[in-house]
Amino acid sequence: MTSLPTQVTGKKLGLVIDLDVCVGCHACAVICKEWNTGGYGSALSDQEPYGEDVTGAWLNRIHTFEVTPGDMIPGYGKKPKGQGVGEVIAQTEEARVVHFPKSCLHCDDAPCVTVCPTGASYKRGEDGIVLVDEDKCIGCGLCAWSCPYGAREMDQDAGVMKKCTLCVDRIYNEDIPEIDRQPACVRTCPANARHFGDLGDPNSDVSKMVEERGGIDLMPEQGTRPVNKYLPPRARQTLPSSEVPSAAAIAETTDGAQGFMKWIDTALSKI
Amino acid sequence: MHPALSVIIFTTLSGFGYGLAAILGLFQPDPSLMAVKFGHVLAFLAIAGGLLASTLHLGNPQRAWRAFSQWRSSWLSREGVLAVLTFVPLTAQTGLAVVFDTSIGWLGFVVAVMSGITVYATSMIYASLKTVNAWHNPMTNTCYMLFAASGGLLAVATLSAFNDTQSTLIVLAIIALAAAFFAKTIWFRALDNESGPSTPGSATGLGFLGKVRLLERPHMGENYLTREMGFRVARKHAQKLRLISYGLGLVLPVLLLLIMGATGMVFFGVIALLSHLTGILAERWLFFAEAKHAVSVYYGSESA
Amino acid sequence: MSMSETSPQHLVGGVGDRIISTNGPVGDDMRQTTCYMCACRCGINVHLRDGKVRYIEGNRDHPVNKGVLCAKGSAGIMQHMSPARLKKPLLRTGPRGSNEFKEISWEEALNKAAEWLGPLRNDPQKLAFFTGRDQSQALTSFWAQNFGTPNYAAHGGFCSVNMAAGGIYTIGSAFWEFGSADWDRTKLFLLFGVAEDHDSNPIKMGLSKLKKRGARFVSVNPVRTGYSSIADNWLGVKPGTDGLLILSLIHELFRMRKIDLDYLNRYTNASWLVVQAPGDKDHGLIARDSNGTPLVLAEDGSVQPTKTKGVSPRMGGSVTLPADCLTGAGKSAVPVLELMAEKYLVPDYAPEAVAGKTGISAETIRNLAAEIARVAFEEEIVIDQPWTDMTGERHDKIIGRPVSMHAMRGISAHSNGFQTTRALHVLQVLIGSIDCPGGFRTKPPYPKPVAAHPKPHGKPEHINPGKPLAGPHLGYVRGPEDLLIDGEGKPTRIDKAFSWEAPMSAHGMMHMAIANAHAGDPYKIDTLFMYMANMAWNSSMNTKSVIDMLTDKDEAGDYKIPKIIYSDAYSSEMVAYSDLILPDTTFLERHDCISLLDRPISEPDSVNDSIRWPVVEPDRDVRGFQSALIELGGKLKLPGFVNDEGEQLYKDYADYIVNHQRRPGIGPLAGFRGENGDQEGRGAPNPDQINAYIKNGAFWSKELPEEARFFKHANKAYQDFAVEMGFFDAPQPVTFQLYVEELQKFRLCADGLRQPIAPAHQKERIKTCFDPLPVWYAPFEEDGVNLEAYPYHAITQRPAAMYHSWGSQNAWLRQIHTKNVLYVPGPICDSEGLKDGDWAKVSSWHSSIRVPIARMEAVNDSTMWTWNAIGKRKGAWNLSPKAPEATEGFLLNHLIHELLPPKGDGLRWANSDPITGQAAWYDLRVSITKDADQTSPESTPGFADVGARKVLGDPPDDLRYGQEWTKETSS
Ligand SMILES: Nc1nc2c(c(=O)[nH]1)N[C@H]1C(S)=C(S)[C@@H](COP(=O)(O)OP(=O)(O)OC[C@H]3O[C@@H](n4cnc5c(=O)[nH]c(N)nc54)[C@H](O)[C@@H]3O)O[C@H]1N2
Ligand SMILES: Nc1nc2c(c(=O)[nH]1)N[C@H]1C(S)=C(S)[C@@H](COP(=O)(O)OP(=O)(O)OC[C@H]3O[C@@H](n4cnc5c(=O)[nH]c(N)nc54)[C@H](O)[C@@H]3O)O[C@H]1N2
Ligand code: SF4
Ligand code: SF4
Ligand code: SF4
Ligand code: SF4
Ligand code: SF4
Ligand SMILES: [Mo]
Repeated sequence: MTSLPTQVTGKKLGLVIDLDVCVGCHACAVICKEWNTGGYGSALSDQEPYGEDVTGAWLNRIHTFEVTPGDMIPGYGKKPKGQGVGEVIAQTEEARVVHFPKSCLHCDDAPCVTVCPTGASYKRGEDGIVLVDEDKCIGCGLCAWSCPYGAREMDQDAGVMKKCTLCVDRIYNEDIPEIDRQPACVRTCPANARHFGDLGDPNSDVSKMVEERGGIDLMPEQGTRPVNKYLPPRARQTLPSSEVPSAAAIAETTDGAQGFMKWIDTALSKI
Repeated sequence: MHPALSVIIFTTLSGFGYGLAAILGLFQPDPSLMAVKFGHVLAFLAIAGGLLASTLHLGNPQRAWRAFSQWRSSWLSREGVLAVLTFVPLTAQTGLAVVFDTSIGWLGFVVAVMSGITVYATSMIYASLKTVNAWHNPMTNTCYMLFAASGGLLAVATLSAFNDTQSTLIVLAIIALAAAFFAKTIWFRALDNESGPSTPGSATGLGFLGKVRLLERPHMGENYLTREMGFRVARKHAQKLRLISYGLGLVLPVLLLLIMGATGMVFFGVIALLSHLTGILAERWLFFAEAKHAVSVYYGSESA
Repeated sequence: MSMSETSPQHLVGGVGDRIISTNGPVGDDMRQTTCYMCACRCGINVHLRDGKVRYIEGNRDHPVNKGVLCAKGSAGIMQHMSPARLKKPLLRTGPRGSNEFKEISWEEALNKAAEWLGPLRNDPQKLAFFTGRDQSQALTSFWAQNFGTPNYAAHGGFCSVNMAAGGIYTIGSAFWEFGSADWDRTKLFLLFGVAEDHDSNPIKMGLSKLKKRGARFVSVNPVRTGYSSIADNWLGVKPGTDGLLILSLIHELFRMRKIDLDYLNRYTNASWLVVQAPGDKDHGLIARDSNGTPLVLAEDGSVQPTKTKGVSPRMGGSVTLPADCLTGAGKSAVPVLELMAEKYLVPDYAPEAVAGKTGISAETIRNLAAEIARVAFEEEIVIDQPWTDMTGERHDKIIGRPVSMHAMRGISAHSNGFQTTRALHVLQVLIGSIDCPGGFRTKPPYPKPVAAHPKPHGKPEHINPGKPLAGPHLGYVRGPEDLLIDGEGKPTRIDKAFSWEAPMSAHGMMHMAIANAHAGDPYKIDTLFMYMANMAWNSSMNTKSVIDMLTDKDEAGDYKIPKIIYSDAYSSEMVAYSDLILPDTTFLERHDCISLLDRPISEPDSVNDSIRWPVVEPDRDVRGFQSALIELGGKLKLPGFVNDEGEQLYKDYADYIVNHQRRPGIGPLAGFRGENGDQEGRGAPNPDQINAYIKNGAFWSKELPEEARFFKHANKAYQDFAVEMGFFDAPQPVTFQLYVEELQKFRLCADGLRQPIAPAHQKERIKTCFDPLPVWYAPFEEDGVNLEAYPYHAITQRPAAMYHSWGSQNAWLRQIHTKNVLYVPGPICDSEGLKDGDWAKVSSWHSSIRVPIARMEAVNDSTMWTWNAIGKRKGAWNLSPKAPEATEGFLLNHLIHELLPPKGDGLRWANSDPITGQAAWYDLRVSITKDADQTSPESTPGFADVGARKVLGDPPDDLRYGQEWTKETSS
């Protein structure tokens, strides 16, 4: 059914990605390619793998963004006047980098499903996973056009649309150990930035995480109602301002090493 | 968006073909005339050729038949179904005209309505995509419809002129051309002046932290997404092509039509038609090339 | 996975015809081995299907990675399938650099090598054997030692020897593979200059853990990407100034009196007396009694040997030493801590004083110091675990100071890196956080005091024709008397390691080997034998001139470096410049041994080692290099490689791993020893040992007893465990050396007060740099260049998804890093009129490159950076000569010289740390301007196509890996 499922179980499997700990290592993207190139559907082919215009189909890609706080003078950072080159005082409110993994968000209102002329693209009623039936796909590319997130890529060799399957051939696979029945990217992420679960169940771990951390939808303006959620970076803890040393300490300080040695004598005798 | 040749040819030819078929159906020029017969065949071939071309960009054209199945939700599917359905009256109209030298009023009306709906469906394939802001508005449909109609009128005016120049048709064609390009001007203005609703801030959810800017692409080379969705023509070239499309699509045809009207020389009409179609090809190329896809904010754009 | 063959109950599907099979095993076989793409050495499950690798995932049971895997590890399939794999031994036929070879048999190749090397045994210095990304140094060094040449080292000298040496000399351990933060308990973690590290997966797992616990993570790094991007606090330090920053933190701790005196007293030399007699031969040495035992000042003013029962030493005060002292008799002496207080409490180290140089505000430094103090002393962790220290004192609990630190090449790859590393360890020692709960924790078999390490061998008397070298090559000098120099002070090693140029160069100086061999300085060699080191590309500074040196000829028309034997698995840039190639297997096709004798993979709470084994058979005529080396050893009849009859002793590497014994009962692998495989650490060889490892997931791991886990340097249970395991034969507790006496000995030589006297031109430098207490001095390149002409810094970072140069042959990884750009800070872009995508000319004092740039704000505003080793030589790695790696990508190495700018003294000064010889990659100073030519799409310098295709044939132009396992799609 190329229309969105009408009979739904309420189960919404998806990923929660924690931007607070993702270090942009690309592990999830590569293992995704590795798992899926010999698994569900046709291989994820690569063109000119050793040539000039190397390219290939990937289901997960890691972007890197830089965020500069609004009140920074463009290009100069938030820098008090009169400081020379190099005198950056790097602290919480300054420019930062955020690594940003992105795969299919298994949208509730998935436009990629409704635009598909063949019914190849579909969303499952029982768990919300959005899949492509490669046997039906004509490779028209319209679904990729309709996806605002760039989550679909046409395989150039097979001529069919590829996308994240939520590792449907792992999460239900009774031939692999139960503990491994989770998406390849989730299992491999060294920073544990990726979490898998039922976002339709408010009591699931992922739902709680989203609740606690204020998980967000990407591009809400596109009206796709993504299932996957992103946890924004936690507020950075600024270094507490050091307390002004006590008067006594300052007095001691002024006599430098000698004061220090006096302190040692008293301190040592207490040990 | 990547301006795929097959898709440009498809929309240009089928748009023109449906427009021509519709105008032939509505105006019912005398089918015993060779030029009119030729018009019917031309419309048929343009439609068929356009549809065939559209399958060329498919990854698996041998399964194209599957595309008729999802008419309940997919405009592409609807377009396919409508195209097939339209072939029934269209074939009848063409056959009657070519073989039996006749035309039937109500049939022509049916052809015109169904052609209109089909062109509308084609335009909806694009207009329904929220991800491409330039397309996602009713002016897209208006343009497609008006271009189809004006192409049809231009052709019929020219074909009729083989027999006898008909100033009504010429005037109508000029009005339609002007209207089409007027609509397109509004469309261009919107494209130039407004950007889509998505920004790197909304795309990453990091907008609350400040200004979000792509620092490093996920892959340093090109990929399907950047080729397909990331294509953007340089402003300089776009301006040039717009001039070409206005010049060849509107100005020249109008002048030539006027000359044809004045001189009665069909030759000018034929050139007008060819010029118009070339102009439309340029317009269509730009329709894709200038459109920005939402995903581009993940690849360096500031909004889409 | 076949989707048609599964039975209905296995079907999970959707509506109507949407039933899909989601079942099926991953492959038909699963073999566990060890990943190889970096020195992290994670455990992997290799799933095979039809004899091909279907999937590689992390081994959940493995102590290192606990199931996770990085991008490189996950791309192991493509590493293994690379079209750049060498196929057969090669003998050069064309000129060097032409990639013209003829294929020869292994028999011919090994005979040829033996024919070249055999005669050199009588003049063993004529062989230089250097190994690069080597993970089997225990074998290669053993081979070189038995050959007799002093010229052996691995790549540590250009990698991170500052880190290792600075650590070992200070705490008997180091960052890197020697220790890590207590990820589960630490509350404040400071990371200095790390992008990826060798411990890459554990660091990622650890950072994530501590962020989730709400612990604070501070990153000190000029660039805020990767790990730094998730830090709570980012200190965008100016390159090369960390030492100053750390000493300022130390200043603050002293000022605030936030020092763990009890810890210092117990575990360090803080109370040891230092002779104060300027101009005397004992000046600055540790005062010692007639037995050589260090002396302390007792409460009652008397001088007592350390560890005297009932004496609680004073840390301040001055005393005149008794006349019967071995060192300092009759001289005045003060405790180390007093010297430190005097040194670090001066205003020069006050935050205000260092802010300008380091680029970190005084307020930030003060706040950070206060936070370190607060967490260390107010958030103390107590573990109810009784333990006994080495004095026999029983403690009922373990106190932890949950502040931990980690550092790597950002501080190490500078000419002041040794001292900076020392400063960092001293900082940790001062707050008492070494090997305590929540602190920095050592990994067995470390800590190990300097005294338990060998001294370097290679003095003239160690080198004898036809005989093995008298002892191991690499080690830790105890003083100038251990230098490897001849009577005239000339280096005996080709790389000049352990000479006056780099006295404490614990790992050798591979980066100087080619330059010195080419210059015939200190002498000429005959054969350069290398393994796994891309010296014709990114392993070398000043790549172009190294290429020239490799091809340079003398008047007679012979190459200045006459013969080059090289083992690589792939057609790297270096292959083209070699004469005889011994093609290695890939990591999935051979035996390897990750040994406690080498670079171990232990974790703080467990001692671990592991193996690799051929999980797939090679389809080419290649051999594991170690096996080839063993066979070559047999042909050369090297001791240790042949039996009494002169027959080859070990069949291959696997045989060696099982049967070789370093000391009786101690072999390469510590697990499953003894005839029945039931002994650990020590035990007779077990013929079935490899199988036992394979059954156990290719690794062996033994948890430390609960009582042995902390304060290993002074923990009786640990020391007993270490002896039982065979790390040492007697306990080797470590006293942390706040004050490193060895350094002072070199200064005495510089003052002419001690033999051997330092060469005149070295004296000044030794006096400033060899301070026994950590100091900071400006990186050398800063002294040598005009800073107005070269105002900026340029550095590289490791990309997480690429391993040095060899990742680019990987069809998947190269899509991520197909080319690199230079990231230029916004302010520099604005002042130079540069914007994203521009081409810029970047110059150092000796060279210029033309590169594409991109703008960046989250970076120290005088520092530009790029990814390391993305740039490739055209036609290398069997990539198209038009590959973006070669046309647009670039190396920063072209700007870096192995020597400092000439000082006009006619001498060659290495661009290295003066103490260890560590290559100073990150001292580089540059200028940048917009290139006049914005149209050419190529970076410069460009190099001619090196033509790997000539040997390998064309690579495929399309890949559909695994397509045969997917269901044929229908129409
Ligand atoms: N500008 C700049 N330059 C740097 C650095 C930097 O930070 N900046 N870092 C330096 C450091 S720390 C290092 S360690 C070096 C690393 O640089 P290198 O040691 O040169 O590392 P690679 O170039 O990756 O690889 C070494 C060689 O090993 C070969 N090889 C790979 N696998 C195998 C195998 O299984 N068997 C055999 N026999 N050979 C194999 C590869 O093909 C390659 O030729 O680079 C140094 N260069
Ligand atoms: N993925 C991957 N992992 C690797 C490697 C690889 O090639 N790829 N190589 C392995 C090898 S051989 C090594 S040696 C290790 C090295 O591991 P790292 O030490 O992480 O190596 P670098 O990338 O050189 O990182 C140096 C970091 O120091 C910063 N830096 C530079 N100068 C300074 C400075 O003066 N002060 C401070 N505080 N920071 C500075 C840089 O911005 C960079 O972030 O990585 C190993 N792991
Ligand atoms: S992310 Fe894109 S492909 Fe995935 S469900 Fe949403 S619209 Fe469809
Ligand atoms: S490419 Fe395939 S899945 Fe996508 S819309 Fe076309 S037919 Fe449907
Ligand atoms: S869930 Fe599976 S298919 Fe989706 S991104 Fe992760 S690994 Fe790839
Ligand atoms: S594996 Fe984890 S840390 Fe690495 S890029 Fe993916 S989500 Fe980020
Ligand atoms: S960190 Fe990655 S490359 Fe290194 S050993 Fe582990 S999995 Fe392999
Ligand atoms: Mo390294």
